[in-house]
Amino acid sequence: MSSLVTRVRLKQIEQLIEKGKRLDERGLRDYREIKIEQGLIERAEGSARVLLGKTEVLVGVKVATGEPFPDTPNEGVQTVNAELVPLASPNFEPGPPDENSIELARVVDRGIRESKAIDTEKLCIEPGKKVFIVFVDVYVLNHDGNLIDASALAAMAALLNTKMPNYEIKDGELKIKQGYTPLPMKSHPITVTIGKVNNYLIVDPWLEEEQVMDSRISFAFNDDGNICAIQKGGSGYFTLQQILEASKIAREKAAELRKKLDW
Amino acid sequence: MNEKPEKLIDKKGIRLDGRKADELRPLKLQVGVLSNADGSAYIEHGKNKILAAAFGPREMHPKHLSLPDRMVLRCRYHMAPFSVQERKSPAPSRREVELSKVIKESLEPALFLELYPRTGVDVFVEVLQADGGTRCASITAAALAIADSGVPMRDLVVACAAGKVDDTIVLDLYDAEDKLGAADVPVAFMPNLNAITLLQMDGILTPEEFEKAVNMAMDGCKKIYEMQKEALKTKYMVVKEVEE
Repeated sequence: MSSLVTRVRLKQIEQLIEKGKRLDERGLRDYREIKIEQGLIERAEGSARVLLGKTEVLVGVKVATGEPFPDTPNEGVQTVNAELVPLASPNFEPGPPDENSIELARVVDRGIRESKAIDTEKLCIEPGKKVFIVFVDVYVLNHDGNLIDASALAAMAALLNTKMPNYEIKDGELKIKQGYTPLPMKSHPITVTIGKVNNYLIVDPWLEEEQVMDSRISFAFNDDGNICAIQKGGSGYFTLQQILEASKIAREKAAELRKKLDW
Repeated sequence: MNEKPEKLIDKKGIRLDGRKADELRPLKLQVGVLSNADGSAYIEHGKNKILAAAFGPREMHPKHLSLPDRMVLRCRYHMAPFSVQERKSPAPSRREVELSKVIKESLEPALFLELYPRTGVDVFVEVLQADGGTRCASITAAALAIADSGVPMRDLVVACAAGKVDDTIVLDLYDAEDKLGAADVPVAFMPNLNAITLLQMDGILTPEEFEKAVNMAMDGCKKIYEMQKEALKTKYMVVKEVEE
């Protein structure tokens, strides 16, 4: 997922970070400006667009009916898919999902699933036979770094915007009625990604910083500040102290975001 | 599947498979098990049975994937169709694609990639039988396979998980604990460099529990690390005996 950045510029990014500064004049622990817009795709049951600086992610939620998994017959199904569409970056290619989009989808999925954000038990229509399936499709429209946080945020915003069709069961058949109810939600996970550049930890790395950072770590936090998912990525490493430090920073940032978003 | 047992840990702190909270499953490590691979390793970690093979550094195929300034490490984590209860389709699942990626990223910090420009090393991991914690056992075996192939490494990479079962932090979860437990934290570690190269988590942990789990996993890693080194030495001890 690398793009062309001159070595001089990469060096400059590194040197600035060592001085506690960043090329886009943020502090090491600042997020870029976040804008969230909900419900912009009328055809979808829920949708949201998140702008994280210049990174832009659109998430659409579709709700359909289908069979539950055999080991959870009383629960609805949640599925997350991510598309890195070619218009989002010169490095994205059309074709089946590559490891980057699969990882992105699975990290977003894990945050929502492990925090039990969707109340899947309320999505059961007929135990073992029919449940609602919630499809969360992450569509990256512009890649300017930190797709994980932007996508996780957009996915949650879209789920909070999702309306389920009202229904009743007549003679074992599902009948859709007039009107909608909100998708039953139990918690609001927030994911924060920390990048590591020469042993310095930075919040919300953007595209060019992603070229210099040797690894990243993403933490998803529950409403009560407990950790519900983690993913380390990139080909570098962390020491235990750095991980604990990163988890502390991420926790603070998640709390800050939660306050701002009122989730 | 069997019904969920009420307790995964009894009053004396003994787990369903008879282990204490901080006890590893029995491990068996063997190096140089495949004659066609440049390096290979076999691990039995509890009921996990996993083969790993390393090829290279060799010319990249396809060629355009090679990099002008360093070597490319490729990993494929794959589960045999018969390795789990329900037959698994041999086509790579999304889970396997993600695990291949995180396993690759856990091994990369151990290699001197810049010493072998334009080349590639391929690591293939085949899970023959799975019993929880396969990604960790795969990393432990893959690192041994690379070491066995003779590619210089900064350190061996060793992996082990810790997690939360019935409100207790335990080491090295097996299948039932993984599925029924509250959280799972796989960790890969290079003990000599004090570097964590893989860290994932699912489930819910407080920050304190998380710290305890990572520490416990790292302690588990250190124990397996000794066995890894022993496995490497054992191969060459055998060679010596033949020469005499």
